[in-house]
Amino acid sequence: MIANYGYKDGSGEYYISIDTDKCIVCEAGRACLGACPKGMFEIISDDYDDEVAAVKQQFRRSLAFDCAQCKPAGGYTTLPCVSACTPGAIKHSW
Amino acid sequence: MITAGIDMGSRTVKVVFLEELKVDGAPQLKWGVKGKHIMFPEDLDADQAAEKAFNEALQASGIAREQVRRVVATGAGRKQVKFAHEDVTEVSAGAKGTVFMCPSARTVIDVGAEEGRGIKTDADGKVVDFAGNEKCAAGAGAFAESMSRALQLSLKEFGEASLRSDKTIPMNAQCTVFAESEVVSLIHSSTPKEDIAKAVLDAVASRVTAMARRVGIEGEVALIGGMVHNVGFVQSLKTALGVDNMLLPDMPEYVSALGAALIATEGKA
Repeated sequence: MIANYGYKDGSGEYYISIDTDKCIVCEAGRACLGACPKGMFEIISDDYDDEVAAVKQQFRRSLAFDCAQCKPAGGYTTLPCVSACTPGAIKHSW
Repeated sequence: MITAGIDMGSRTVKVVFLEELKVDGAPQLKWGVKGKHIMFPEDLDADQAAEKAFNEALQASGIAREQVRRVVATGAGRKQVKFAHEDVTEVSAGAKGTVFMCPSARTVIDVGAEEGRGIKTDADGKVVDFAGNEKCAAGAGAFAESMSRALQLSLKEFGEASLRSDKTIPMNAQCTVFAESEVVSLIHSSTPKEDIAKAVLDAVASRVTAMARRVGIEGEVALIGGMVHNVGFVQSLKTALGVDNMLLPDMPEYVSALGAALIATEGKA
C-alpha cells in the first residue's frame, strides 16, 4: 500500500508517500526514525496488522514548514529520510 | 453470527449490523435495514453519542446487545468508541465496504463532512494506495453546507440549483473561510445563486479530484459518503474526473460502517 500523508493548499501539494510493502520488512533497520531531524516518523501497526512507518499525526498538516530545513534552501542536497530509507519507500511530492 | 460496524464521523454516527446466514449450506452476508445514525447534538460527548447511536440501532433492528459478537469502529472518532473490540481507519473500512457493494470498483472517492479522500483498492477491498487532505475542510461536505447557508438554500436546493447553471466561475480561495467571503462578493455582484452553487461544488470537486489523481484513477470509480446525496456535486465530480459513469452505492453514508462490520466478520482489524 502506498500511504500519502499530507495536504494540498494554495501554495502547493505537500505529501510524503510511504510504500508500506517495502516497509514491512525494513532492510534499513527503521533508519527513518532517527534520520528525520524532527522525528516526524513513527512505526504503527496498520489495519492489516503490519508494522509500518507513518508520519506522525501532528506533522501531517504542516509538512511544508516542518520539512523546510531539509530542503535545498536549508543546505541539504538530499533529504535525510529519503537517503536513510534504502529500500526506497519514502518519497516527497515537492 | 452478527457483527457491527460503527462509523464515528465528524457530524454523524452510523451503525451497521451484518448477519452471516447459511443459505443452502453456503455462508452469505446480509445487511440492510439495520443501520441507524444520529446527528451529534452539541451537548453530547463523542463516546456518549456512540453509545446512543448503537443502542438506537439495536432497538430499531430488534437485536439484543449480546447477539453482537464483534464491534469494529472507524471514522474520525473511532478511538472514542469504548465498547468496540477494534478500530480501523476510514480508508480501510471505506475500501472494504465499497467493494462489497460495488465489486467492480477499484477507485473509491469518499467525501464526508470534514474530509475527502481518494483510495485505490484491489478486488478484495484491500487498500493499494490512498491520499487524504489532512489540513482543510474545503474539499468536504461541511464546506458545501456552509456555502449553502450563505446562499440561504437547503442542501438539496443547493445541489439542484447548480445543475441549472452552465457557467464556470473559478473560485480562487483555497480555504473555507476565504471562499465564503468570495461567495459573499459574488452575491453582491448579483451573480445568480445557481452559478454560485456550481462554482462552489466545482471547487470541492476539483480538490477531491486532485486527491484521486494522486492515487491514480483506475477501473471503475465509486463515490461514497454523504456528499453522494448532492446531485450537483456528483455532476461536478464526473466532469472534473472526465468520467461518464460513477458507481453510487445505496445508502452511501453507511458504506464505511459496513466496511467496519465486514472487517469484524474476518475476526481481525
